[in-house]
Amino acid sequence: MLTILKKDLADFFNSLVAYITIGIFLLVTGLFLWVFPESSILDYGYAGLDSLFNVVPYIFMFLIPAITMRSIAEERKEGTFELLATRPLTDWQIVIGKFLACLSIVLLALIPTLIYYITVYQLGVSPGNIDSGAVIGSYIGLLLLGGAFTSLGIFSSAISKNQIISFAIAVFLCFFAFSGFESISQLLSLQNIGSYITGLGINQHYQSISRGVLDTRDLLYFLSFISLFLLFTHIILRARKW
Amino acid sequence: MSIVVNKISKVYGQQKAVDEISFSASPGKILGFLGPNGAGKSTTMKIITCFIPQTSGSASVCGFDLMENPMEVRRNIGYLPEHNPLYLDLYVKEALGFMADIYQIPKKHKRIAEVIELTGLGDEQHKKIAALSKGYRQRVGLAQAILHDPKVLILDEPTTGLDPNQIIGIRNLIKDLGKTKTVIFSTHIMQEVEAICEQVIIIDKGKIVADDDLKELKNKNGQGSLEEIFIRLTHMS
Repeated sequence: MLTILKKDLADFFNSLVAYITIGIFLLVTGLFLWVFPESSILDYGYAGLDSLFNVVPYIFMFLIPAITMRSIAEERKEGTFELLATRPLTDWQIVIGKFLACLSIVLLALIPTLIYYITVYQLGVSPGNIDSGAVIGSYIGLLLLGGAFTSLGIFSSAISKNQIISFAIAVFLCFFAFSGFESISQLLSLQNIGSYITGLGINQHYQSISRGVLDTRDLLYFLSFISLFLLFTHIILRARKW
Repeated sequence: MSIVVNKISKVYGQQKAVDEISFSASPGKILGFLGPNGAGKSTTMKIITCFIPQTSGSASVCGFDLMENPMEVRRNIGYLPEHNPLYLDLYVKEALGFMADIYQIPKKHKRIAEVIELTGLGDEQHKKIAALSKGYRQRVGLAQAILHDPKVLILDEPTTGLDPNQIIGIRNLIKDLGKTKTVIFSTHIMQEVEAICEQVIIIDKGKIVADDDLKELKNKNGQGSLEEIFIRLTHMS
């Protein structure tokens, strides 16, 4: 498992994928947070990182599929999957190793944004006037959200040999899982069970963690979400016919 | 006998890719696996290496059954797949280090240096695999296959696309390895078979049409080159 993680990370850093995705992530969050007037902290006037935490899920929606789209699709297309599958590795080791490799890139993209926190911390009228609990909660939320998107991405990468198709499917799945359920629950005929449907979506749980309250239900939701899609990936790999 | 294959079949939908083949291979004897394209050579190799499951039949490698003990089977096999897939974005040493980690090879740096020496990769060892020519990529593939010193080597068309000098290099390497290991390799080059194989299996449309020592095969089928025998056997059916 760790060997796969190591290999995939080496792959990411050798092929510039890691640098470019992390760079673009920081560029976009930086623009949203400091430059674009609609979401800029300077225009907003309050010492909070809310606009960052509101925009990152939407950036992740595109960025994480871009990171994960190669992971299994390319191995299958290039035939290197045969190389992996005929070595003494279980399918679980392959799936989890790949998941962790992609998640590490997400984590590496998130870490530099701590600078934004420090900056806002200093910028407050009296320095330190920021709701640190909510920020910590939001970071944990983002990490869990990243994990959920990564598991969706790995799953999409397993169902197609074509990277573009995996990317498109992953973006759709991420979007749907994030806010699709909420929108569906607003359908008139579903209003009786609306709150249950909303509870299936990621957004509600993300928002709840972002408030700084780490509820075990939310944690359990994310962990089961991730496990479920890794399990689906495993099933697909087992049923290999290629 | 380190490889025993017993009535293995593989069915893809309506098509029988491999039809109840049985054979065995033992150390010290290089086995040439011949057959027209689409005869089922690669499929058989993929089954033996536990990449795809067989539809029926059983097989064992070094005494381990494919179905019951796939991890041990994989540990004992060195496999070079057809078309030699490689991680092009990795450096040669990174790729070998990755394989060494999978097999948890002790003293891996020493072993990697040995294998690089053995496969003649010395001059290219600091390059990215993507920067290597085809012949050197083939050597990387072979180096990956022999890294953990497996008892059984399965090589799917290891010499396609190489120039004559490279072919001879790889051939000699296979010949050396075959002295102590069980080697199965497939090829379309008949001279190659005559040069290094002792046992020959010819397979056509999923069935074995000949399984014999090279000399016996020639005696039985009258005089003539292996090429003529091959054409006769695979055209009959």
